[in-house]
Formats: sequence, structure tokens, C-alpha cells
Amino acid sequence: MDANVKRNIILDNYQNPSNKGLPDSNDKSYTKVNSRNESCIDNIDVAAKINNEKLEDIKFDGEACAICTSCTSVMTKQFKGKTLEEAKEIVTNFENMINEQPYNPEILGEFNIYDEIYKQPSRKKCALLPIEAIKKIIQNDNNRS
Amino acid sequence: MNTEDFDILKTGIDYLDNAATTMKPKSVIKAVTDYYKEYTSNIHRGDYNNSIRADKEYETTREKIREFINAQSKEEIIYTNGTTNGLNIVVFGFMQHYLKPGDEVIIDQAEHASNSLPWIVLSKKIGFKLVFAPLDKDYKLTVESIKNCITPNTKVISIAHITNTIGDTRDINNIGKLCKENNILFVVDAAQSIAHTKIDVQEDNINFLAFSGHKMYGPTGTGILYGKKFLLEKIQPIEYGGDMNTEFSSTGDYSLKELPTRLEAGTRNIAGVIGLGAAIDYINSIGLEKIHNYEISLHQYLLEQMKQIPNIKIYNPSTQGTIVLFNVDKYFSQDVAIYLNQLNICIRAGNHCAKMLHEVIQDNSTCRISLSFYNTKEDIDKVVEALRNQDKILDTLV
Repeated sequence: MDANVKRNIILDNYQNPSNKGLPDSNDKSYTKVNSRNESCIDNIDVAAKINNEKLEDIKFDGEACAICTSCTSVMTKQFKGKTLEEAKEIVTNFENMINEQPYNPEILGEFNIYDEIYKQPSRKKCALLPIEAIKKIIQNDNNRS
Repeated sequence: MNTEDFDILKTGIDYLDNAATTMKPKSVIKAVTDYYKEYTSNIHRGDYNNSIRADKEYETTREKIREFINAQSKEEIIYTNGTTNGLNIVVFGFMQHYLKPGDEVIIDQAEHASNSLPWIVLSKKIGFKLVFAPLDKDYKLTVESIKNCITPNTKVISIAHITNTIGDTRDINNIGKLCKENNILFVVDAAQSIAHTKIDVQEDNINFLAFSGHKMYGPTGTGILYGKKFLLEKIQPIEYGGDMNTEFSSTGDYSLKELPTRLEAGTRNIAGVIGLGAAIDYINSIGLEKIHNYEISLHQYLLEQMKQIPNIKIYNPSTQGTIVLFNVDKYFSQDVAIYLNQLNICIRAGNHCAKMLHEVIQDNSTCRISLSFYNTKEDIDKVVEALRNQDKILDTLV
């Protein structure tokens, strides 16, 4: 993918993020987790509604850099409607892409815009932060069932 | 000025993160490597030449520090591993046994974690009241603000001489007088001031003073805790072990050495302390006043230039010192720092460990430029030019 195209998609997701804004705190159908890196200042909350092993809805809020915010926005779109198994597979492949391991680009969809983030080590953790959040949510769901 | 004394500055970096740590001049690096290459040995217990030499160098640093801050005696100078360590010794080694429920300790919301979190933790444990002296409209801490917070229950005032965010220089001389008049203990965090402005612990009526070596051109892992002798003698060590005891037995009896050794358990950072001595020599060879005056004029130049850049919010435009705290409109601080890194410019983004400050300035994260005497106008022109081209900040995303 052309670098300009990637940059524009990132900018669009940063400046006009999708699914930004958390559900009402009284809405107990969502699982909410906070995700922040010890070594940087990105700080996001992600809330997901899981029904019948499926991610029915995902929302987020927080303060983070362009990579982290845009990646969280992309994540909410990519994971909405996916089963937990599908989500886990995307998570594994996304992590492999960021960590320069073999991965399948075909299941990553818009996440592919981050395929060169590995060249900026300080940015890797920003891209991985939303993924950490969704992993925690899936883990919490596993523990409950 | 004196840029040539720092090899690292020849690598092309524009280093503007001096509040985080400072570069080390050749003489400091040489002092440390000489110890490792020529006379590595332990101190205080060797009867051979290398150990005697190490001992002498190690203790010479103590005298240099004493003179640098005008302490009354060498016993008042305790080697620590940094400011945080020093302040924790004060809070948990002294204050824990001194403060009672109902007592009051004054700090403020611009303090670094090292001079706030220990107090918060101890206050929860003992039940004394932590009072936050209000910052003024420019986020500075005035003598008047502190004065208004003093009550008959005030036992301690603990503040940074210069903060690591707003960077205002607090009037420690007059605050010290207030403390003396009201029988209050005065604790000063000098991490950000020790390399930039003169401190006289006697003149300023300071009871405890803590600072780090690495922010004054010395090695990391070194620091100093100064305390008035009669107070240091009351500290219950938070570390026990080798070198600090005179005897102990299986019956449970033990006795400790005199100051300063009783507060320096275990083998200390000998190489670091020797390097710190060289750092003091280096600062003295230029002169603290000369350094201070140069930095003030350089900071003024930076501030004037930055005020002319559109879309920049400066949080401390009226502060005289070495720090400019800012944000670029519409851009997250870390994106600005990463963009500047692409141009070899080193600044810091985040909350700078002053996690209560956002309660006052209403922004969670900021960019910080902090200067030192080895910075030049050219360094400043470079960062100013980069910030003028702010539409390029997000060009480096992929």
C-alpha cells in the first residue's frame, strides 16, 4: 500500500475516530478495561459487549498519540461483529506483523496500514496498546465462562 | 558555551531534555573510567594502595559537595542513589517517627512524584494532613501562598526549589526564614536547581536537601541527601547492612556507626561518587553564576522565539529559568516529540512525573524543552524552525 494512502487513513482515524465515546457507566452489558503503557503516555479505555461468543459492539475513549488513537479506531471497526475465535486470530496476526514475525495480511483488513510501524520502535507499543485492551476483554470473558 | 567538553554533542543531537538528565563532560567520564581502569577497589576496609586511593577520592567528593552547598560539616552529606532516594530517607527514616496525627505538611500540586507520593503514602499511614499550597495564576508558588497555609499545626514544608514542569524558582530564602520563625522543618528538592543556581543551606535555613548527580553533569545512580546534623542523627536508617554498623551479635544487640556512614549501608556507587566529584570540579571551573546568567539569556531567547510561532500554547511564558512547557494546537505531545526526534532534536513529552499538575493546568500531557549551558542559539533556532513547520508533525506516521 502506498505510504500516502496509509498516512491518510491513519490521519482520518486519528482526527475523526470511529466508535469514540464510552457507553453509559450503568450499562453493565459492556466489559470495560483500561490500557496504558508504562513507558509512554497513551491512555485508553476500551468497552466491548460480548454476546454468544461474538463482539457485538466496541467503543473507546482516552488520550493518546496519532498511532494509538487511529489504531484503536480501526480496531473497533475491525472487531465489531467478529466471533471471539476470529478476533483472537486477528490479534495474533496483528502482533506478528508489528513484531516482524510471519503473518497473514488477508485477515487484517485496515490494520495493514500499520505494516511498517516496526521501523519506528517507539511507535510499536502505541499500535499494540488497543490490542492489549481487547486481549484483556477476551480473557475476562473466558474467565467468566 | 563549553560545547566542546561534551563528546556526545558532536554526534549531531540537539539535546533539549536537560531536566531529565544532563550530558557528561569528558572530565567526568575520565574520572569514572580511571577508577575502573586504574584503581578499582572497595573503600573503607583496604590496606592496599588502590583502596586507599579510592577511599581518598570518595571522601574528597563529600568535601566538595559540602563546600558547594555550604553545609557546616562533611557529616551532613549523605551519599544516596538520587533525589528520590534522599527524599524517601527523609520521609520514611525521619518523618515517619516525627509526625503525629493532626500535624500538617505543606507541599503543592506542581511537585514531582518524588516529593509528593512519599508524603501521600506516609500521610495515609500516620494520619497527618497534607496541605497543598495554591499555585498562582501563572502556576508559580509564592511565599505568600505558603504563608497563608501555615497554621500552628504546620510541622514541615517540603517543596522543589525549581519544579521540573513550570520551572519557576521558589524563593527558598524567604520560605526558609518563615520556617525558622515558625519552628517548621524545611525540606527542599533541589533536583532541578542544583546545576543551575546557587544554594546555601545555612543561609536558606534548609533542614533537608536532596538532589541527584546525573542532573548536574555527574553519573547516574548518585545523589546527595543533606541534613542538619542533629536531624540526621535522629534518622532511623531504612537500610541496614555492611559498613554502617560497629557491632552486632546473635543476642540481638547491635550498634551503628556515626554519621555519615550509618546512613550509607553496603558498598556505595564508588565510581559514581568519584565522577560526581569531577562534575562539581567541572561546574566550579566554569562558575555557577556564569552558567546561570548564560542559561537565563538563552531561555529568554527561546521564549521570545517560541512566542512568535503560531498555534503554540506556552504554559509558563513568564517564568525565568531553563524550561519551556508547551503544546502545539491539535497535536498530541508525544507526536510532537516523535516528529522532533526525526530531526535529531531531543525533547520530552508526557506528564513529567508531576501527575497532580494537570489538576491545575487542565492538560494531561505537555511537551517540555529544558536547557543547559552547553546549548546554543543554533540549537534553539533548529527546534523553533521545526515547530514552525508544524504541518509536518504527522508526516512521519508511516
